[in-house]
Amino acid sequence: MKEKQIQKFLMGILRVALLIFGVSAAAFFLLAISPIDPLQSNVGQGALGAMSQEQVEKLKAYWGADTPMIQRFFTWAWDFVRGDMGVSLLYRRKVSEILWEKAAGSLGMMALAWLLSGGMGFFLGSLAGAKQGKWQDRLITGYSLLMASTPAFFLALLLLMIFSVWLKILPVGFSVPVGVEASQVSFADRAVHAILPAAALSLTGISNIALHTREKMIEVMESDYVLFARARGEDTRRIIRRHCLRNIALPAMTLQFASVSEIFGGSVLVEQVFSYPGLGQAAVNAGLGSDVPLLLGITVVTAVLVFGGNALANLLYGMIDPRIKRGDGI
Amino acid sequence: MKINRRTKTIGWLLLSAVFLVTVTLWGCFWREEALITDFSRKNLPPCREYPFGTDFMGRDMFVRTIAGLSLSIRLGILTAAASAVFAGILGICGAVLGKAADSFVTFLIDLVMGIPHILLLILISYACGKGFFGVVVGITLTHWTSLARLLRGEVLQLKNSQYIQIASRLGMGKLQIAAKHMVCHLLPQFFTGLILLFPHAILHEASITFLGFGLSPEDAAMGVILSESMKYLATGKWWLALFPGGLLTITVLLFHVLGDSVCKLLDPGSAHE
Repeated sequence: MKEKQIQKFLMGILRVALLIFGVSAAAFFLLAISPIDPLQSNVGQGALGAMSQEQVEKLKAYWGADTPMIQRFFTWAWDFVRGDMGVSLLYRRKVSEILWEKAAGSLGMMALAWLLSGGMGFFLGSLAGAKQGKWQDRLITGYSLLMASTPAFFLALLLLMIFSVWLKILPVGFSVPVGVEASQVSFADRAVHAILPAAALSLTGISNIALHTREKMIEVMESDYVLFARARGEDTRRIIRRHCLRNIALPAMTLQFASVSEIFGGSVLVEQVFSYPGLGQAAVNAGLGSDVPLLLGITVVTAVLVFGGNALANLLYGMIDPRIKRGDGI
Repeated sequence: MKINRRTKTIGWLLLSAVFLVTVTLWGCFWREEALITDFSRKNLPPCREYPFGTDFMGRDMFVRTIAGLSLSIRLGILTAAASAVFAGILGICGAVLGKAADSFVTFLIDLVMGIPHILLLILISYACGKGFFGVVVGITLTHWTSLARLLRGEVLQLKNSQYIQIASRLGMGKLQIAAKHMVCHLLPQFFTGLILLFPHAILHEASITFLGFGLSPEDAAMGVILSESMKYLATGKWWLALFPGGLLTITVLLFHVLGDSVCKLLDPGSAHE
């Protein structure tokens, strides 16, 4: 039994490694087949024409435009595995350094949004499911449907209009106050600047989790064991606590970890609206500025986070679910 | 007279269908008008003549919004349909053609789901040299996963059902069974999945254009309108973002309603609710 579990665990790791390799390869070749000439988009047509042939050759070598694709991929991948992610062409610094810096800027905001949307979504979803058809349910599903239809960046624009331009109680953008030295920025400053982006992210993020949790809750409420509990005379509160919440905890966890990818995707848009200097904005700038190494770095790191989240969910599953713990297998 | 749920659902379905068709056709006629600039009427707040106001180049925002929505809806239909066909082929192939094909398809699904949609859209749009083509390819290649997974699951379940096994014992080939017994069973699922893809396709088209990777700034697209409006927000021109964005939200919402209605109507279990 034990051996089988270890084998399964190893297979899981192998699969994740394969997936990460697949993502890197896909991203690399997508960027490599692009007809966008990094020289032209960064140096400009005019300046390029004024350069000598020798200078152009040098630049070509710098942007890596003259080596074959496959060879470039394996050089890049091998360097990447050894921890060298290359040099960003826009910032002229190591990609790993920039990733650390940007991640430090926005991971806190994203984590806040992730926890908020997960917690609120779970609460609202189970409430709606328990009160199926009542006004609470209609209100929550209505809200979720509305939010699922609202583009994240439009919600961010609305929040910006209301709280920054109209009421003037929260900052317009950036992650720190403008014109203040980096050493003097306090934690409170950072927190205040993270409120609106995090709110925009979690307000939209709630809907998906709430709708799915509601669905599961309804399923459980209609099950035989809940009917039996009712027949035994347990009241609704107790049924929800002892039977429903325990049974929807597992799918809720999967949802929560699966939403890592959505939060990141949303943050790309939201950071753009608030000029929040995080990973998302770096991805957009890298894409617009043909900064291939940086864009690759961001893609691979995000994929690692997403797959890591899924793997973690699976591990936690094994720890929480008594059936898996005992090794019954489901 | 008490209206039952089925009638109510049909009512909602017709309402949203009429709205969406009207906007789409209307916008087609206004394609040229949306680009007219007139500096004698720039930066006007909403009034009777220009219900959505005008922008910094004196363009009528109402006309621009309708034209943009029409473009979004047409693009959404194109990409959602392409994506759904892709999902159908891969989902069915994965379930029918044996173990190797199945693990390949699931690997592909996991791969695409491992990169956040927006990031993958940026990558694909970059690979296609940005612009219209990049958006179409990008949305087609990112949105098929959930439907493919659903269809695959459905086919796997069907394969174990008795009538399929009987058909196979009677000597029908795999493809014959797929064509004769499975397709008709999957069509309702496929159509609701297709309609529910529209909202996502439209939202992602607007998002990627908003970021600057999608349609070109000359087009009257929703993403372009909203990203332009962003520059004028701090100066108090709230109408540039509020109305177009609001109408975009309503459009997407109606697509959700449309999908839900079709789903309810096609489900035989809810026929007498």
